[in-house]
Amino acid sequence: MSLLELRDAAQSYTTRRGLLGRASQVRAVDGISLHVEPGQTLGVVGESGCGKSTTGRLMLGLERPSDGTVLFEGQPMPAPGTPEWRHLRRRMQLVFQDPLGAMDRRLTIAQQVEEPLIIHGIGTAEERRARVAQLLVDVGLRADQAARHPHELSGGQRQRAVLARALATDPALLVCDEPVSALDVSIQAQVVNMLTDLQAARGIAMVFISHDLKVVRQVSHRVAVMYLGRIVEQGDPEALFADPIHPYTQALVSAIPVPGPRRIKRIVLTGDPPNPANRPTGCAFHPRCQMAISRCAVETPQLLTQPDGRDVACHLSEPQARMAA
Amino acid sequence: MAEALVRLRDLQVRFGGVPALRGVDLEIARGEAIGLVGESGSGKSVTWLASLGLLPPTARTTGSVMLGDTELLGAAPATLDDVRGGRIAMIFQDPATALNPVQRVGRQVVEALQLHRGMDEAAAWAEAKRLFELVGIPDPARRIQVYPHEMSGGQNQRVMIAMALAGQPELLVADEPTTALDATIQAQILDLLRRLQAELNMALVLISHDLGVVADMCSRVAVMYAGRIVEQAETANLFEHPAHPYTQGLLGALPDMVGPRRRLSAIPGSVPEPWNLPAGCAFGPRCDRHGPDCDIQPDFVTIAPGHVTACVRAAA
Repeated sequence: MSLLELRDAAQSYTTRRGLLGRASQVRAVDGISLHVEPGQTLGVVGESGCGKSTTGRLMLGLERPSDGTVLFEGQPMPAPGTPEWRHLRRRMQLVFQDPLGAMDRRLTIAQQVEEPLIIHGIGTAEERRARVAQLLVDVGLRADQAARHPHELSGGQRQRAVLARALATDPALLVCDEPVSALDVSIQAQVVNMLTDLQAARGIAMVFISHDLKVVRQVSHRVAVMYLGRIVEQGDPEALFADPIHPYTQALVSAIPVPGPRRIKRIVLTGDPPNPANRPTGCAFHPRCQMAISRCAVETPQLLTQPDGRDVACHLSEPQARMAA
Repeated sequence: MAEALVRLRDLQVRFGGVPALRGVDLEIARGEAIGLVGESGSGKSVTWLASLGLLPPTARTTGSVMLGDTELLGAAPATLDDVRGGRIAMIFQDPATALNPVQRVGRQVVEALQLHRGMDEAAAWAEAKRLFELVGIPDPARRIQVYPHEMSGGQNQRVMIAMALAGQPELLVADEPTTALDATIQAQILDLLRRLQAELNMALVLISHDLGVVADMCSRVAVMYAGRIVEQAETANLFEHPAHPYTQGLLGALPDMVGPRRRLSAIPGSVPEPWNLPAGCAFGPRCDRHGPDCDIQPDFVTIAPGHVTACVRAAA
């Protein structure tokens, strides 16, 4: 059984353009199905506005989907704010990009790490102290840093402290939203390695949301590529990044600047990333797609499983299209 | 090297006694694209803010910054006004904060044209439209009339580039120009910069924390650490034969995009605080080849033509 499953989950928000503008529905997430296996990492990549953060919020039950279902260990996710949901929150934690914003500047590191234990009524004061000390060791912080305040630590150390806090309740699932994007390269590698080690030691499942394909490839067991609220390609990271099938994934992969000679020709997409409030008809990517055919403008492609096991939502990769080609 | 356009000599900056830049020597030839990489606080931005006299008065700057035959450090305000946005232009990471939110984007470019090229209103608007076209903004006649918030981040960065080009600069300093942008938009902007640099034969300094971006764009790279350049080489040389342990560490810390996944070789520890620098080589405490001889500031050694590094182990 999957630890977490999204079935055709969709989320709409109502927005207004200008003060007196007409309210309109924006579908931030438009019917996605995902599953997260225990002890494994699912990477979610895409550009701003593709719905990856909304997906993270749906996964944690912070929002209820407007359509579809979210299952945690096979059970429907309880409504946010209910006692059942609070109870479940011990089992799933969230780590954001900006550790300073996620911390209380007036509390010491030890107090912040202890807080979730107090909230969930775990252990005696004595046991909690010991647990906090162990957690700080686990994430590579020194004992003397427990008494520091967030502003006294570097960015990398703060992100370690945030992780210690997230791990305090021994969660089964960690949703990381751009956890290393704000860190320098050398520190980023430290935190990435630590996440992999923690996963190996504790068997935590992770959802790793990021725009950085290189880091996602490094940590994930499965990757989902999102475009405008939908999954366009999903599968094994090595295969997916080595040989992307969906034209959007191809462009995304080719856009990554890499040191050394370029393996694939760079595809420079024209136009801006699309606006979720103004979704193109058919395949949402078709206005920027170099390979679009007339069918792409009218019919939304379904996510279909390819011979190599990955899922792709593109008319050109459908079996009959491949035969015709 | 061909004729140097800009020559920095022993450029040092201190903020209230704390060193931010500790002796930078750098030469940029006409039409050359050079990358400046390093982590936060390594001094890559301060180098150019100091060169252009853009630091607050609390900063003490010494050394020399020659633009052709003109010394920029301590130059008269009128001289600097001509240089800034004229012979040397600069663009920044976040176009949204660099643009005036309550002024139409075209007007902002027109202002730069009037200031630096003395154009009259009509000529400046015509030229602004041409610049918008040059930087790939679709429908320039209409887009020239909109406000920054009506454009996407990528389009705003194009406006910033158009504004930078208004003064027909000989050198464009681009400080993390694509860091705030999405991957596919980053590719567009880098493409644009590459094209402009070649077409206008303009020198380009690309400041970035992303080794990939620099490798893609620049023929030469300088790596900075704690206020100094630690290694400088032709791009291919630097990436194939990095000599300084810090450069080697940076490359090892980068996840690969192809081949089997390996554990990242992270550099231990963190960048030293500028008020608490170790004696000698600033990278010493994080370096696995650190020895007693590293406690004296290492000199630059040339390990190949055009490839220099400040490390006592480099020759070995």
